Amino acid sequence: MGCGVTKSNQFNKHSRKAIRAAVLIQRWYRQYVARTEMRRRYTWHIFQSIEYSGEQAQIKLYNFLGYLMDNFTPSSNERNLISHIFRENEVCQDAEWERYFCYKNIEVPEIYSGPHLTFPLTVEQAVGLVEAFRNKKQLHSRYVLQLLLETWRQLRMLPNISRISTCQSKEITICGDLHGQLEDLLLIFYKNGMPSLEKPYVFNGDFVDRGKDSIEILIILFSFLLVYPSEVHLNRGNHEDHIVNLRYGFTKEVLTKYKMHGKRILKLLQKIFSWLPLATVIDQKVLVLHGGISDITDLSILARLDRHNYVSALRPPKKRHQSSAGASIDSDFDEDVLSTNKLLQRRISLTYPKPLGTRESFQNRSLQDFSNRIKGKAVDEIEIHKRKLAILNMGTNSSEGMTQSVSSESINSDNAKDEWKQILDLLWSDPMIQDGCTPNEVRGGGCYWGPDVTEDFLNRHNLQLIIRSHECKQDGYEFCHNRKVLTLFSASNYYDVGSNRGAYVKLGPDLVPYLVQYQASSMTRELTVKQSVGRTERSALKVLREQLFAHKSDLICAFKKFDSENTGLVSLNNWASAVESVMYLGVPWRMLRGQLVTSKSTDGMIDYLEWFNELAIKGPNTDHIDQSLLETLYRHRSTVETIFRIVDTDNSGFITIEDFRQTWKLLSVYLKMEITDEAISDLAVTIDSNQDGSIDIDEFMEAFRLTDKKSRLERGRSMFMGTVNDLTKLEGDPNI
Amino acid sequence: MMPLVHRLIFWETPVEIGTIIYSLGCFPTQADLHDFTAEVEEGHTGYIHLDKFLPVMTKVLLENKYPPIPEDLLLQAFEVLDKEKKGYLEPEDLTKYMTQEGDVFTQEEMDEMLTALVDHEKNLIYYKDLINLLTIDPDM
Repeated sequence: MGCGVTKSNQFNKHSRKAIRAAVLIQRWYRQYVARTEMRRRYTWHIFQSIEYSGEQAQIKLYNFLGYLMDNFTPSSNERNLISHIFRENEVCQDAEWERYFCYKNIEVPEIYSGPHLTFPLTVEQAVGLVEAFRNKKQLHSRYVLQLLLETWRQLRMLPNISRISTCQSKEITICGDLHGQLEDLLLIFYKNGMPSLEKPYVFNGDFVDRGKDSIEILIILFSFLLVYPSEVHLNRGNHEDHIVNLRYGFTKEVLTKYKMHGKRILKLLQKIFSWLPLATVIDQKVLVLHGGISDITDLSILARLDRHNYVSALRPPKKRHQSSAGASIDSDFDEDVLSTNKLLQRRISLTYPKPLGTRESFQNRSLQDFSNRIKGKAVDEIEIHKRKLAILNMGTNSSEGMTQSVSSESINSDNAKDEWKQILDLLWSDPMIQDGCTPNEVRGGGCYWGPDVTEDFLNRHNLQLIIRSHECKQDGYEFCHNRKVLTLFSASNYYDVGSNRGAYVKLGPDLVPYLVQYQASSMTRELTVKQSVGRTERSALKVLREQLFAHKSDLICAFKKFDSENTGLVSLNNWASAVESVMYLGVPWRMLRGQLVTSKSTDGMIDYLEWFNELAIKGPNTDHIDQSLLETLYRHRSTVETIFRIVDTDNSGFITIEDFRQTWKLLSVYLKMEITDEAISDLAVTIDSNQDGSIDIDEFMEAFRLTDKKSRLERGRSMFMGTVNDLTKLEGDPNI
Repeated sequence: MMPLVHRLIFWETPVEIGTIIYSLGCFPTQADLHDFTAEVEEGHTGYIHLDKFLPVMTKVLLENKYPPIPEDLLLQAFEVLDKEKKGYLEPEDLTKYMTQEGDVFTQEEMDEMLTALVDHEKNLIYYKDLINLLTIDPDM
């Protein structure tokens, strides 16, 4: 008995010890998980902030260009450089367009090993295209153009809002952003099956940009649209927009893959994008659209507007009810009249702000940034415009005809503005947790809308659920607003390998969303949580360091404010405040300090000048270039590249030295900095090494280390570590 | 730390109070968390106001109320579970302890722990190395 008791005592003692040990381990482990979760969140936040501020920069740039158009005389060099992107040629007859895009005289060479298409397209051909792209083939430009023409014809027949139903127990599959990531589309088809009569699909926008296979995704989606026009539905996203494409990689992708006919393909796509439907309604209860809604979203307005007038959502619509309707909108005379009217409009909105004035005043604000700068130069132009305005006003008073056209123009302009806002909100808005509706100043377009707006909207339109995309989510999807809004994102590993899963949703007659998640690389599933967060975190920090370096001058100014005695040191708190005041990224700087500032600090103080030496990014042969110019170049590299691509009207990848100079004059106004002719010559010399008078845009960007080939945010995939595992294994499918 | 907490709750899905406290370098037990939550929660809404949270949290930090676990103590804890002193644990054993004893883990927590800690080739948990790897960052 004694032995038994002792044994059981020992056992109990061990048990108690074991329980205490278990508790300790549990506590320790939970702490580790929480820290990892925080790291994941701020890593996410870094990527997202930088992504959105890029979008904002794009919109600001676009507003600036619009302002130039309105305020420079037609003959000015700067305006000529960019005016072509504002031309829409919409008055041309469709027949003219068909001639322009004619594919018939494009020969397909014998050696071409890609797929051949015949029309009308069959399902075998559509499936064949998927296979061909899986095997890295490229579709010949003749077939691309032919396909796009057919697609255009099909899209023109569709209403703005597609209404579909889950009749006959069909489940509808809805996919979110794909962003040129072909592997994800292939994975969805693999898991879920390709579109068919029994398998309807809705693709919710953002098919292009960022990923490297945007054109292939479009080809696949358009093919299935042609084969199954009642079962495949496409919604327009904010990236189905040629202005956005200039910055985010699609334009470049097409021009690289289709050197001869890329320009035509892009032009045709411009029209096709504008003809994409805006939204889909399922069983009259579920609304599917790309961005979201605002407090003024009205489906009846959206249903009846002319969607193809909005070639780019970033652009206020051109007025179409000219009394001299015969003239092509291309002519300079018309553009003067239009721009005069725009100036008139803008002046009105400046003096009489509308109730929804916040977003409009935001746009005006960015324009006013430039007005001071250009004032001296533009005074003459404004005088000319004032005189024109006077004439217009006189016309209003004197003749009825004039009055009518002016007033109908102002009614039309009001309608047009309302319609434009409807589309902008639909394509660019994001949900927020708080009630209300505020301008989306982070992205620069659309709104943030709250749960009360959702509630009101659903009630008004008798709907029960909104499915939208537009935002990357770690799990591929996320519910909010009391599960009345579902965000769906289908591009996995979007920020970096392992950053997030993708998802699609299936909706049956019960309209209960059934979500399926996936991730395009099997390697990521085998990474431990720590490893996968670590990788993404490292790449986020790298991007962040680059951003910090690009703002060196402003940061030093900010630090000096805290360092009146010029010691070169600031406290951690002041360092964090200064950095946030310049960067506006809302990142937890104190938490990241250890990873951003590696030099040891003396008693908690940070040597900020030493810090910049750490961060420095050196380019080759750039010592003769002014440091601050280099920094500006680096900070605004996306903008610089975008402007170059705009100036490169024939999309050849080259611009002349003269245009290069003019571009810099433009940039110096936009960036509000003095760039001397000498500095511009230095830049030109560095890159035009063969002195032939033209500059290769890509070479320019690379020479100044302005494209980091590994930078995920700008284009394509990034750092793949060589591992034992096959990185692109796809659920055991050996063909990928 | 204030901008971090505020912005996370605004921009993204709400974050658990435990996550915040842990990530500030504290190591409360589940019982500690319950007590903390009771002190700051808004009725039974499940939400916590920043104004209530901050003073309580500040006090916790100043008092060092939930100090970190010293590495050697952690090592001892693992060694208690590793009865035969093999230098590693089998996943099944760790699972038994974590999901049945003390502040039990959910299945999800357990799965995640195994993914993070188990050496994939040998299917064992070499705890000595892990303690080094996963312990708190001294710079925080």
